[in-house]
Amino acid sequence: MSPAPEPRRDPSAPLQAVEPRLLDGFLRVAARDLRLALRQQGDALLAVLFFVLTAMLFPFGLGAEPNLLARIAPGVVWVTALLAVLLSLERLFLADYEDGSLELLLLSPLPLPLLVLAKVLAHWLTTGLPLLAATPVIALMYGLPAEGYAVLLGAMALGTPTLSLLGAVGAALTLGARRGGVLIPLLVLPLYIPVLIFGVSAVDADLAGLSARPQLLLLGAGLLAALPLAPWAAAGALRQAAE
Amino acid sequence: MTTSAPALPAFAETGTFAARGLGCIRGERPIFGNLDLTLEPGGALVLTGPNGSGKSSLLRVLAGLLPPAQGTVSWNGEAVDRAPEAHRARMHYLGHHEALKPVLTAGENLAFWAGLRGHGRPAAERALQRLGLSRLAQVPGRMLSAGQRRRLALARLLAAPAPLWLLDEPSVGLDARAVETLVDEIARHRADGGQVIVATHQALDLPGAAHLAVDDYPPVLPDPEAIW
Repeated sequence: MSPAPEPRRDPSAPLQAVEPRLLDGFLRVAARDLRLALRQQGDALLAVLFFVLTAMLFPFGLGAEPNLLARIAPGVVWVTALLAVLLSLERLFLADYEDGSLELLLLSPLPLPLLVLAKVLAHWLTTGLPLLAATPVIALMYGLPAEGYAVLLGAMALGTPTLSLLGAVGAALTLGARRGGVLIPLLVLPLYIPVLIFGVSAVDADLAGLSARPQLLLLGAGLLAALPLAPWAAAGALRQAAE
Repeated sequence: MTTSAPALPAFAETGTFAARGLGCIRGERPIFGNLDLTLEPGGALVLTGPNGSGKSSLLRVLAGLLPPAQGTVSWNGEAVDRAPEAHRARMHYLGHHEALKPVLTAGENLAFWAGLRGHGRPAAERALQRLGLSRLAQVPGRMLSAGQRRRLALARLLAAPAPLWLLDEPSVGLDARAVETLVDEIARHRADGGQVIVATHQALDLPGAAHLAVDDYPPVLPDPEAIW
């Protein structure tokens, strides 16, 4: 075996390390997760299917009285959406953890919270957005008064990204734990309660003829707080998990 | 870029990689202690030792995945934990897992990892070619054999050049020809001024490589006085 191999290098391939571009890396991670979700459609469909099917069960259990159904509609939508998000959280990091991708993401020169944020964005686009799209169907089924739709959708649009962000922290913390999937709800559900309360009361207030503005502002504030804090916390948890 | 073939382009940033007094504890269990190593540009270091002696742990500490219990890792005399992102940019770590997505093609898998380090699709294609994987670029990851998956993981090192390679059992599952390619690529990498640390059970032909037996550095048990 020759100790010095002959140079076969392509002269157009310099060995300089390329300066990592933040936005480019962010988009690449988000695009990869979206592509993975599109190729494994079952995973992404599961959450929205669960959402619709569970919401369909309540009228069977409670009786099909129109007044009752219209009154519980916001609560049912929010609770089932929350459970559907919970169901989808485990796959956020688990596959990457098991196949070694997570280690490589940790070792990438880009800041980890940014990559986490990209993964959360992809998670929301494949979970929260379909839920948002299915919400009018449920609301119609429950006979929600027409004037409540806009506020319900607005509250969901502000609340579901927060669910994905908070869920990422729980999913990262339970990586590597036995029965991690069971632990996620224990960690995350208490954090979801404020989103649930303000999400439901926004619609209730609107239907009662009051302004839903305070609740929507609080949901927005929650999202703005979670946006920088959750990826940062999840990144810390991922580093722990990889040790 | 000049058209006349210049001397081999070398890494823009070369440096001395060193560890001083390194110790590692995993889950309450001390693995090794007081380990020193120095690697000049172009150098190679082979980690030896029986299973469980801490070769993988050492590589993970050097990569920055595992914080050292004691000691420091440095690049050109500067501790790497003061600039972890710069350390990650100049290093490739190849662990036991190949980090391949079964539903993405070989080309897509590689292009993603190269892209994260700012290298485009052409770099990924060249790397596939050098490891003899060009024909498999369109094949989904789940259809690849163990050896092909390993070669694809190695292609990641070539697609985004970085001077420091930390390889954990790089030759597992490779056939004789692929091992030869690996040895050639390591030699080429060293000729460019890069350095490589390999944990391996298979003898690889690395001329002038230093050897380090991790089990020669037993953990130093902490002084009971110091704890209280």
